[in-house]
Amino acid sequence: MFRTAVRNVLAHKARLLMTVLAVMLGVAFVSGTLVFTDTLGNAFRNQSTKNYDRVAVAVTTWAERGDEETPAVDEATLAKIRALDGVAEATGRVSGFAGVADPDGKLIGNGWSNTGSNFSPGAGGKDAQYAFTEGTGPVKAGQVALDKETARKGEYRVGDPVRVATNGPVKEYTLSGVFTTEDGAVNAGGSLVLFDTEVAQRLYLRPGQFTDVTVTAAAGASDQRLLDAVKPLLPEAAEARTGAALAAEEAEQTENGLKNLNQLLLAFAAIALFVGVFLIANTFTMLVAQRTKELALMRAVGASRRQVKWAVLSEAGVVGLIASVIGLLLGVGLATGLRSAMGAFGGKIPAGPLVVSPTAVVSAFAVGILITVFAAWLPARRAAKIPPVAAMSSVHAVASTKSLVLRNSVGGVLTLLGSAAIVLGSSQGADGKVVIGVGAFFALTGVIVLIPLLSRPVIALVRPLLRKLFGVSGKLAAQNAVRNPRRTGATASALAIGLTLVTGISVLGVTLGQAVDKTTTDNIRADYMVSMASGDSLDESALAALRKADGVTAASPQRATWLTLGEAGVSASAVTPGEVEKVFALKTVSGSLSSLKDGEMAVDRKTAASHGWKTGDSVPVTFLDDKKETLKVGALYEGNEFLSPVLVSEKVIAPHESLAEIREVWLTMDGGRSAANEQALVDALGDNPAMSIMDRQGIRDMFGGFVNTAMNIMYGLLAMALVIAVLGVVNTLAMSVFERQQEIGMLRAIGLDRRRVKRMIRLEAVVISLFGAVVGVALGMFLGWAIGEALSSSVPEYALVIPWGRIALFLALAGLVGVLASLWPARSGAKLNMLTAIKTE
Amino acid sequence: MTTTAVHRTTAVAARATELSKVYGQGETQVVALDRVTVDFPQGEFTAIMGPSGSGKSTLMHCVAGLDSFSSGSVRIGETELGTLKDKQLTQLRRDKIGFIFQAFNLLPTLSALENITLPMDIAGRKPDAAWLQKVIDMVGLSDRLGHRPTELSGGQQQRVAVARALASQPEIIFGDEPTGNLDSRSGAEVLGFLRNSVRELGQTVVMVTHDPVAASYADRVLFLADGAVVDQMMHPTADGVLDRMKAFDAKGRTS
Repeated sequence: MFRTAVRNVLAHKARLLMTVLAVMLGVAFVSGTLVFTDTLGNAFRNQSTKNYDRVAVAVTTWAERGDEETPAVDEATLAKIRALDGVAEATGRVSGFAGVADPDGKLIGNGWSNTGSNFSPGAGGKDAQYAFTEGTGPVKAGQVALDKETARKGEYRVGDPVRVATNGPVKEYTLSGVFTTEDGAVNAGGSLVLFDTEVAQRLYLRPGQFTDVTVTAAAGASDQRLLDAVKPLLPEAAEARTGAALAAEEAEQTENGLKNLNQLLLAFAAIALFVGVFLIANTFTMLVAQRTKELALMRAVGASRRQVKWAVLSEAGVVGLIASVIGLLLGVGLATGLRSAMGAFGGKIPAGPLVVSPTAVVSAFAVGILITVFAAWLPARRAAKIPPVAAMSSVHAVASTKSLVLRNSVGGVLTLLGSAAIVLGSSQGADGKVVIGVGAFFALTGVIVLIPLLSRPVIALVRPLLRKLFGVSGKLAAQNAVRNPRRTGATASALAIGLTLVTGISVLGVTLGQAVDKTTTDNIRADYMVSMASGDSLDESALAALRKADGVTAASPQRATWLTLGEAGVSASAVTPGEVEKVFALKTVSGSLSSLKDGEMAVDRKTAASHGWKTGDSVPVTFLDDKKETLKVGALYEGNEFLSPVLVSEKVIAPHESLAEIREVWLTMDGGRSAANEQALVDALGDNPAMSIMDRQGIRDMFGGFVNTAMNIMYGLLAMALVIAVLGVVNTLAMSVFERQQEIGMLRAIGLDRRRVKRMIRLEAVVISLFGAVVGVALGMFLGWAIGEALSSSVPEYALVIPWGRIALFLALAGLVGVLASLWPARSGAKLNMLTAIKTE
Repeated sequence: MTTTAVHRTTAVAARATELSKVYGQGETQVVALDRVTVDFPQGEFTAIMGPSGSGKSTLMHCVAGLDSFSSGSVRIGETELGTLKDKQLTQLRRDKIGFIFQAFNLLPTLSALENITLPMDIAGRKPDAAWLQKVIDMVGLSDRLGHRPTELSGGQQQRVAVARALASQPEIIFGDEPTGNLDSRSGAEVLGFLRNSVRELGQTVVMVTHDPVAASYADRVLFLADGAVVDQMMHPTADGVLDRMKAFDAKGRTS
């Protein structure tokens, strides 16, 4: 049986080509994902183990600069730890943000991966954590060392002056050395600046104190024993763990992160494979139809239905097997390529061997073979139903003309139920997501089931147009496209699925992007927003400098704080009265914002309503230092996305919190946004690379950029499904041309020239592709609308935007797909030998 | 009853001169047509007969512009086929030639009427309504025009094919075993239409067949053997043709 299957597969090589390609791509996606994440996981695990290899005990205190309450580890404690039995060395560390400017004054790195720490030489004058390739570690106040990659990016050599920004003003240091390290953050592309310990302590904590301590064990000492010995020496809030425990924890975090990546990628692989199912089913349906006589003969000479069914299924199995082998190899290649691609984009991945786990191999084969056999199941059943008498009749294998009534009823019910669920879900706000998801699944399934029925009326609509534009080729193409509704349906479904998702994502993405745009323009009056690239709070000196900068007409910081109003804890923004309304578009509902000056507070309308506060009410307030006061509600304002729901003057907060964090400083300037104004701000800040100065577009990108990124990633991941759908169109056309050889030969004989034969086939492809695209786009818009409605309550300024431009582009691309997919079938159709084509079998 | 037809016209609808068709080269060379010279006068119904492999289909294919030939010349009306490019050949077939195939070869997606007017559709011409009606009446399809081929019997389908060949008023119609797939009654009907089209409409018809009865409908029968015209018979009868064929067979067996 297996041998027959192999022979049959070989006999139909050309016709199975697209099937093999489709399964292969799906399998490659799956195995590529698994190999890639396994390889990554392994590399990161090794990295973690290496990082903590020498660490016996690691101590963290969570102490911070400006936070006087959390105790750190001081020199004395460190000395005690050093003196413990079995301790080879104990290194104290302080760390925080440190941004390095490149020669143009721009920050090297992205803000959140720029760290600074202290160089802590041991007995031999070396810090075991860092291997210097040039120069030495910083041991004086004016010195720093840089990691090799950062030094390279900034083109710095030992002895060069380097401008380094920490949370205070920017300072110039002399480069004492360049080092390499196993540090995970540096390996992932971050920058690391090493300071002399005293300097680092002053910058990040307090003189003579450390936030972290790393203990290495002397030969023969047990980590656990050391841990038990270190613990009693530490301040209360500190946490100490063995290196092994930390490595395990880090590995687990990596694992979880990769698991999410894995699931995301596999979900898209599943979509691609699902699309492939239609293609495979089409192919086997055709192979069975073409071999009706042969199969009937098998039945006539005594093969059972079961045997016929298994004959077809084992053929599918062989196809799946072949495709899986190639797909697996391709997947391994894909994983390798992906790893180097990530390296090229700056996301450095620790080196390590390629890991092809047994799971990946088994999954590749299981997926490839099962999908193919599953898709061939219906055709196989149909093959088994061929009566033996079919061997005797000379009738051509006609496309299954079995009534579509049952199919259409099922499809109709599914579509209606699904749509109803989607509409219901859309009205339920955030809770409706699950309902919409289930509804979407049913609606999509329903539409796929209904597509053969839909194909006739929809394509009939364009028939007059085709006829008018392309004459007889157009007319014949439109008719051929609906000739075998099941096949057309399956082909169009594949495209429809892809386009449903792409359109849905586009509608949502563009709608959300627009909402962000509107939020930005509606809420902000400021020309510029200044913040730390690291996301830390701004130094007071920066605020003072900005206020004095040339051309600044209004400036208000936003200091984040927390107030307990009555019983309820509320986040609040401390701002500058008189300036705040110039940098934010605040709509006063009642009272006046000028009351902020008098120490009253302004409350967001919704927050006030939920607590029952009105203008003029007095509310008891507890500050962060537990002091109590009574504040009067001076104004109610319409909520602003960039501010907390309660506003107070800076002066109200000052006595209670000496260092209320400055999240941002908002500025309006004389002449608005201009290069000169921006330069004035840069100059005022002392050309500090750690400061980010954003105009309104920058703010919009910061908040809305992720929407675009997410949209692009999803487009990329859906590309595979679309490629398979295109293969499906090629497949269908090739099959159609093959089945209609005689017809095409006749058309050629009675005078249809090659060009028009080609055009006829091409138009058929375009019609099928566009049909699938239109169905997909319609469903996608519906889904996008529904999900958007469900989200609308949580998205400010939500208003549905249908990206017509993009949708037109998708449809144009679908048409192009049709043209491209038909290149080969149309050529072979036009090249048909008339005489052999006309000749009866 | 057939004399008038032969002498009525003198013009030639199609002519093959020293026509040869050779497949392969050297040892494996097969000569399908060996310097055949033959005229198909206008308004005549010619049947081409001969045993399998005699070259009768090849002759028709070459004269009809469906197949290329190795040497010699073929003319349809005034047009020499040998020099034409594929595009021009296609146009020639479209405008000047009608075809009737053994396997009907109708488009299943088109109605009977649409199938009949397909050649004009391809040419982008409007069919001559009066002529079309005449043809449709002749083949007796008036009440079947809206039907799809699958809803028609074999005989009806071939009548549609005959109407398609006639509808564009070609200079010549070629039939390749047009009754091969039909029962004898439907076959007789189709042959009757072809003969009528010659008698009443002045059409020229060339038909390849191996059926002596079918051949007896023609004005003239050409006999081919081994790629050459070996004999012809005017005003054939079925018995006469059969006898002649038997003679060839006997000759073939003894030689």
